[in-house]
Amino acid sequence: MLRLENLTKTYRTGDRALTGVSFTVEPGQVVGLIGPSGAGKSTLIRCINRLVEPSSGQVTLGDTELTGLGRGALRRARRRIGMIFQEYALVERLTVMENVLSGRLGYVGFWRSFFRKFPPDAVSKAYGLLDRVGLSAHVDKRADALSGGQRQRVGIARALAQDPDLLLVDEPTASLDPKTSRQIMRLIVEICDERGLPAIINIHDVALAQSFVRRIIGLKAGEVVFDGAPNELDDEVLTRIYGEEDWSATIRAVDDDTEDPVEEPAPHDETHGPAEVLDRERMAGLS
Amino acid sequence: MSVPADSGSVLAERTTWRRPALIRNPRLRWAIYGGSLLYLVLAFASINISWSRVYEGLDRGVRFVKGFLVPDFLSRWGDIAQGMEESLTMTVTATVVGILISVPIGIGGARNIAPMPIYLTCRAIIALSRSFQEIIIAILFVAMFGFGPFAGFLTLSFATIGFLAKLLAEDIEDIDEAQAEAIRATGAGWWQVVAYGIQPQVMPRLIGLSLYRLDINFRESSVIGIVGAGGIGATLNTAMDRYEYDSAAAILILIIVIVMFAEYGSSIIRQRIQ
Repeated sequence: MLRLENLTKTYRTGDRALTGVSFTVEPGQVVGLIGPSGAGKSTLIRCINRLVEPSSGQVTLGDTELTGLGRGALRRARRRIGMIFQEYALVERLTVMENVLSGRLGYVGFWRSFFRKFPPDAVSKAYGLLDRVGLSAHVDKRADALSGGQRQRVGIARALAQDPDLLLVDEPTASLDPKTSRQIMRLIVEICDERGLPAIINIHDVALAQSFVRRIIGLKAGEVVFDGAPNELDDEVLTRIYGEEDWSATIRAVDDDTEDPVEEPAPHDETHGPAEVLDRERMAGLS
Repeated sequence: MSVPADSGSVLAERTTWRRPALIRNPRLRWAIYGGSLLYLVLAFASINISWSRVYEGLDRGVRFVKGFLVPDFLSRWGDIAQGMEESLTMTVTATVVGILISVPIGIGGARNIAPMPIYLTCRAIIALSRSFQEIIIAILFVAMFGFGPFAGFLTLSFATIGFLAKLLAEDIEDIDEAQAEAIRATGAGWWQVVAYGIQPQVMPRLIGLSLYRLDINFRESSVIGIVGAGGIGATLNTAMDRYEYDSAAAILILIIVIVMFAEYGSSIIRQRIQ
């Protein structure tokens, strides 16, 4: 379980990015974080693993208070927090395998990692993850030889290689086309369900967020202005988050999945809600 | 979508547009232009050229050029071979040692990864190494360690540090931070961030710069020899002093050939890495 209490971040320039943000993410819960550019979404998730140092407030993961940790303890805590990035943030000149194995760096000493002598279980886990995200054929390719969707899959595998207790996902689809975006979102949500992994996903595509996550938090100017189920997002709420606009084209009825007519409703729909769109065959066929 | 209509209607009547000048104030602008031109004219006027001396020197120049037309590799071949060997040894060893020392200094001199005290120390070393021209350092080392290639080796190593560490530090400061941040987010230690998040990004440039420095060091080795730091420069100097322009020409031709060869070789290697 992840708990944020009164999290505040003021940058040295005086810009107030977050003001008293508090919420709790239950185990296995996937949360979509929406809000206009500059609302503090990226800052918020970076304050959780302290890539950005929060000014005040507390972040607690399980029973570890992340905000109070020293350097060594913070590194150990970061191993438990997988992160997936906008623009993938893969090390472009390294191979796919090296990128996935870099998820294990926190568990391996410097010289072993330097000479790429990772323990056998780490290597077999990496192969397993590459298989899971459908990249078995690209193990030895350099990351910069892959397409956008493939790169983001490597990013997902790298985060999972950490054996995380929490996933932080920063605009995973911002540089992908609509179809690939949906596939990536589906993959992330599906993996979170398989592993009971909680996740916070920053996303600015409201419709995409609505169709894949079960809880949405709206951030505006560093403050939480909405926290609820996707189908509660209506004209009034979107105006509260983003400001005045004509929202009629953005809001979609949640069960109106006309984009993907081939999708059949998942058999255990009632337990997981609309976000659960298991579609194994299509997953496997992705390249 | 919502451009205010009124501002457009006034601007729409204009038909000329000029790029805003770099210096807005026209008076200041013309003062700077005029001042620069005046300085240039005065500076040229202050150079006094003694045409009679130029005329006398022409004779020696002609002999030099004639020597080039008939380069003599043979009569001083022993000296030339020894000088070349010294120069090449000096170049290679100094480049290797210089690289080994400049990598840690370059890492320490990158503002985005090094703590302030280390950054300042490394930048001070770089500034010190860069502030002296090779010949000045060579004169110092020759005075300290005597004539010969050891002084040359030290000179070139020292000069390599300033060059390579500075450019490496700047390359590290220019990396894509997102890649390093992603490695940091996995719980990797500082050295692991360097090895995974930074090294792959700067490696091609580091290799390219090292090859380039090898080139420069060879050329410099022939210059610092003139002040006594050994190598082919010393042989060249001796040949000049004896007015043996044909042997000097042979040495210069060899230097040119080796530099061109190194240039060609390094460009091939640089193409293959990217």
